[in-house]
Formats: sequence, C-alpha cells, structure tokens
Amino acid sequence: MSDIIRIIGNGRDLSDQPIPDGLGEKDLVELFRWLVLLRIFDERAVALQRQGRIGTYALYWGEEATQAGALYACDDADWVFPSYRQNAIGILRGVAPSTVLAWWRGFGGEHGFWNPREHRVGPICVPIATHLPHAVGVAWAAKIRNNPVSSLAWFGDGATSEGDFHEAMNFAAVFKTSTVFFCVNNQWAISTPIRKQMASETIAQKATAYGMPGVRVDGFDPLACWKVTRDALDRGRQGDGPTLIEAYCYRIMPHGTADDPKLYRDESEAERWKALEPVGRLGGLLRRLSILDDEGEEQIRAEAKQTIAAAVTEMEAIEQPGQEILFDHVYASGRPWNFDEGLAEIRSVERPPEVKPLGPPATEGAGEEGKTQ
Amino acid sequence: MKANLVEALNKGLHEAMGSDDRVVVMGEDVAKTGGVFRVTAGLLDRFGEDRVVDTPLAEAGIVGTAIGMSVYGLLPVVEIQFDSFVYPGFEQIVVHAARYAWRTKGEVPASIVIRIPYGGGVRMPELHSDSPEALFAHTPGLKVVCPATPADARTMIVAAIADPDPVIFMEPKRIYRAGRDEIADEPPFQIGNGNSNGSANDYLSKARVARAGNDLAMITYGATVPLTIEAAERLSDERGIDARVVDLRSLYPLDVATIVAAASECGRALVVHEAPRTAGLGAEISTIIHEKAMLDLEAPVGRVTGFDAPFPQFANEDDYLPSVDRIVAGAKRVLDF
Repeated sequence: MSDIIRIIGNGRDLSDQPIPDGLGEKDLVELFRWLVLLRIFDERAVALQRQGRIGTYALYWGEEATQAGALYACDDADWVFPSYRQNAIGILRGVAPSTVLAWWRGFGGEHGFWNPREHRVGPICVPIATHLPHAVGVAWAAKIRNNPVSSLAWFGDGATSEGDFHEAMNFAAVFKTSTVFFCVNNQWAISTPIRKQMASETIAQKATAYGMPGVRVDGFDPLACWKVTRDALDRGRQGDGPTLIEAYCYRIMPHGTADDPKLYRDESEAERWKALEPVGRLGGLLRRLSILDDEGEEQIRAEAKQTIAAAVTEMEAIEQPGQEILFDHVYASGRPWNFDEGLAEIRSVERPPEVKPLGPPATEGAGEEGKTQ
Repeated sequence: MKANLVEALNKGLHEAMGSDDRVVVMGEDVAKTGGVFRVTAGLLDRFGEDRVVDTPLAEAGIVGTAIGMSVYGLLPVVEIQFDSFVYPGFEQIVVHAARYAWRTKGEVPASIVIRIPYGGGVRMPELHSDSPEALFAHTPGLKVVCPATPADARTMIVAAIADPDPVIFMEPKRIYRAGRDEIADEPPFQIGNGNSNGSANDYLSKARVARAGNDLAMITYGATVPLTIEAAERLSDERGIDARVVDLRSLYPLDVATIVAAASECGRALVVHEAPRTAGLGAEISTIIHEKAMLDLEAPVGRVTGFDAPFPQFANEDDYLPSVDRIVAGAKRVLDF
C-alpha cells in the first residue's frame, strides 16, 4: 500500500501528513460537515427502508470521503456525474435531500428528478459506467466552447470491466478533455471480489494504457481524496487531459438493503476496515489540530439530523403523482397522440390502490428483496 | 438547385452548422473524408476540427459523449457509419438518449441526431445492410424518421437538428444517389434558433402522399418508396387500379390521421418495408388500421416485407428485398381477397 496517497493518520502508529495547500481551517470544518451530512443521510435512508418508507436503497456508508473530498476539490462550474452509489451527492450542490429520498421512494417527475444544468450534477446513473461518456462529453463541449469547465464521474471497481469505461477513458485521452475518472475501488461488486473482476494489479495502472496518469489514494481519507482530485483538475484545466483516480477502500456495508454479504464474504474483514472510516478519521484529525471538539461535532451532527429529518417530512408529504405522469416529459416537444389514448385507457377503469414500498419481509422466505433484514 | 439525397443532406448539414454554432458533427471518418458516403463532405473545411470530429471507432463512446455534449448545451449530429454498427451504441441510445428528458423533468432532453445509413441493395458484406428502425420505434423517448426524397432529406435533417428530442435519422443508402430533385434555396422554416423552434416538428412528423389514388393504400417509407410507386404504376397499367402511396417519413410518432384516411378511403391497404416482418412497422400500421378503420376495409391489411432471417449475403439479397414484382403480387393478394 506504499504507493497509496494518504494524509490523515490514525493518531497512533500512523502519523498525519501536512494539510495540503489550499485547505484552511474553515475548509476542514466544512468538509467535515459534508461528510457528516452524507453519513446521516445514508443512515437515515437505511432506517427508512427498514421501516418500509422508501424502497430498496444502495448504501455508501464509509465511502463519504470519496464523494465529499472529490466534490470539495471541484469548482462550482465543474460538472459531476454520480452512479447510484453517490446518489446523495447532489445535496451538496443544492439538490433538495427530499428529492433524492423521493427518488428512492419511487417518485419521478418534479418529485424525484432534478435539472442537471441547475446543479451541474448528472442524474443518478443506474446502469454501470454508462455515465462516464457523458462526463467526457460535458468537458469536451466546454473545451469546444472555450469554457474553463471540468467534469468528474464516480464509478466502482466493477465498472472498470464495462466497455463504456474503456470508451470514455479513450475518448477523454484522445481529445484531452478535463475529466476526472474517480474510481471508488471498494473491492466488491455485489458478491464479486476485485480479484474476479480483473487480473490487473491495480485499477490505477489501467490509465497507462490510455495515455493518462493514474493515481491511488486512500479512499477513506477525505483530505487525500481532495488533494488528488484537485491535482487532477489542475492538470485538466491546463489542457493536459484526464486523470484516473483509484480510491482504494472497502465496501463496509452490503451492496444494498436487499444484499446479504454473509453469503459470500467473511464479515470480520468489513469490521477491520470499519476502523478506517472517514468521519472518524477526519474528526480525529480535527481534534488533534484543536479545530473541533466533541461539542462542535455534536452541533454539526445535530444540524445534519435536522436537515435530513426535514427532508423526510417533505418526502412523506408528497402524494402519489397523478396518472398523467406516465406520459410527462417523455418528449420535450410534446405528447404524441397515443399518449392521450393511453391516458384515456388508464382512466377508463378504477385506479389501482396506491403503491407503497415493499419494506422488510413479514416472514422468513419472503423473497429475494427481503432476505437480508 | 438540383440535388441527390446525399447532396441534399449535405446542404442541410451546412445550413444547420452555418446558422447555429452549437451544432457539431461527429463520427467515424466524417471529417477528413467527409464520411464513407460523403454526406458530411466539406464541413471540416468550413467549420473546423472542433465542430467536425473524426472520432475513435467506438459507437457507445460516440453516442455517449454526444449525449454529454448535448447536456452541456451543444447540438451534436452523430453519424453511425453503417446500420449494424449502431448496435454497440444501443445501450447509450435506449437507456440514456431516450430517457434524458424524462429523467430531468423535461428540462434537459438529449438533443442529438443519430444518422444511420441503413438497408440493403448495395452489394455489401455482412452487417452492412440491416434495417433496425423498429428497435428504435419501440423505444419510448426517441423520434424515428426516414426521408425518401432529396427534398425531404434536406428539410428533415434541419428539422431533426432543430427538434429538442433525440432523433434517429434513417437514411436509405440504396437511393442515396438514385436521382436529383429540385431543392429550395432556403429551408421551409426559420433555422438557427435551435431548440425552441416548434415549427420544425411539423416537418418531421407528417406523412406525405407520394401518389394519389383511391383503390389501394400502399404505405411505405425509405428505399421502398420509389419501388412502391413503380408497383402502383404497374397496377394502373395492368388493372386500371389507382393506388395511393403514402410515404410515412416519420416512423415514430406515426401520422395516424394520414394512414387511417388512406386505408378508409381506399378500403384496402398494403404495408411495404425492407425490415424483418415480425414486430416490424407493418405490424403496428396494420393494427392501427384494423383498430380505427375495420368497417371500411374490404380485405385484411397486407404486408410485403423482409423476412425473419438474417439479412443474406448479397448474392441472395435480391431474393430477400421487396421487389416491384413482390409488391405487385402482395397488392394483388389484397385486391383479390
């Protein structure tokens, strides 16, 4: 692990490295606030799923550094493209947390989606790696228009097996787009370990084949994630093209609320990695630097809880959308004739009962969706 | 000016790029060589390599980066070199281009045009002759259009670029150079104000009556339009039958009013296309006619199409493709029912 960039130590045998230039005390506290907000969102979302108040949810607990650290390195004009694992990243760019929760609650249209141009945040990408070419296209378009705008896309280790990863990396390198490929290598793609995903020693080394730099960073270290992202963006802005970042970490939690890791891995391994999780890491550093105390952290947590609690209230106030939503926004230029026929057909019979999330299973053997709880 | 279908498309692309600097053209061999069919000839010299781009050989990358460009605010026109080469880009088209408007409250559609030279009859190797339009017509969120004349090709390409939604633009390569039409100097609507041009939609979505008549509705599109007109002439000579030929232009959405009026007024209808039969456009058109004009019909709607078999090696492609003879024979089955 010697080639992995790390800044925050553990307060014991692993020493702290100097805080990178460009991060002042206020930044450190703000970054901590971001980590905590993401953490509280994730924990609350899992609870809501358990209570049957949202649907299946993809957890990111422990991966907050890869998200907040990278985003904090971006300029406000830079675009970011999340996979479902970064589903809540928009809340750090002005997307209402209730919108993200509503997405997981099964709502669309005005309730569950946002305008990417408004926040420079792409939609939650469900298929694997297919948002990477979009990130390249945005930075490429900005370059054509002579705008100093970069793009960043997050994806997992499994995504590096997809063709879209290859095509996006190649296009970005050939056209020298200012794009950061931020791979969160949490070592698991549901049940498939990284060693069954690829025979390469590292993900970062794949960058060499495309003619771009590849760096490895401690994915639990928000300051290191900030630093490598900032360096990559600086390169991109100078016209030196894209960078591949491999944020090495571990998927401490299940893939999603319907996943049961006990079926395929030794959970004591996850427990060992848990000691490195980023909220505690940065919180510890801030205490060693006397920037934050228990009271300060408690206040940050209380604010985050309040924000997410308000979002839950907002999300639960959303009523099931009307049936016309099926045909809304399919075409920006208006509804084709057969949409009106479809709507008339739906309305010719009594409306089905309101759809609720499935929630946890009532009994054992309630089906795949419920196996883990 | 007089122009064949390739020259007409080229004129439309020059006009669109010249009137709106957000329009970019990208694809394999589109810049330096002007495309393998020369549809994009001259664009590189006039608009430069930022806006006319030879891309790596990767259709998912081409379509995917074009979507990103569109999300940022450009208007990309993508060339897929040959019909079957679109399959590696299929996922980007279906899961992203088709859904971006829906996924963004209608505020950020993927405003891209994907040009696909399609179909057989040009003596090419395997997988250079497919007609995959039904795959796209079956995908909500896409518009699918197909011009059959040079004049339409020019109007429809500028309309497709002006349209905010993603447009699959099928180009019948067999009739790329079949003949020259008179093309108006200016497009029939104002271009250059991009996405907001509402009138462009009318030039994409309305079918055209290519031959007047009231005895048999012959409904077709693309490369089979001239063949169907020829078949109609032969029916006129042989039987004194006056067939109406409807050139659909738009495969999604369909111009239902024109289709149903033709079937109702003629009492008999035949659909002609080159693509495989099962779940092809003919199945949809036939069903619409039966649903909306059953009582006006003297016979079931007939179909003359390609077959549910891979497009053959070209030694046998004339056996596969709908010919004038097969179209006349199909028409007689409907007429003699």
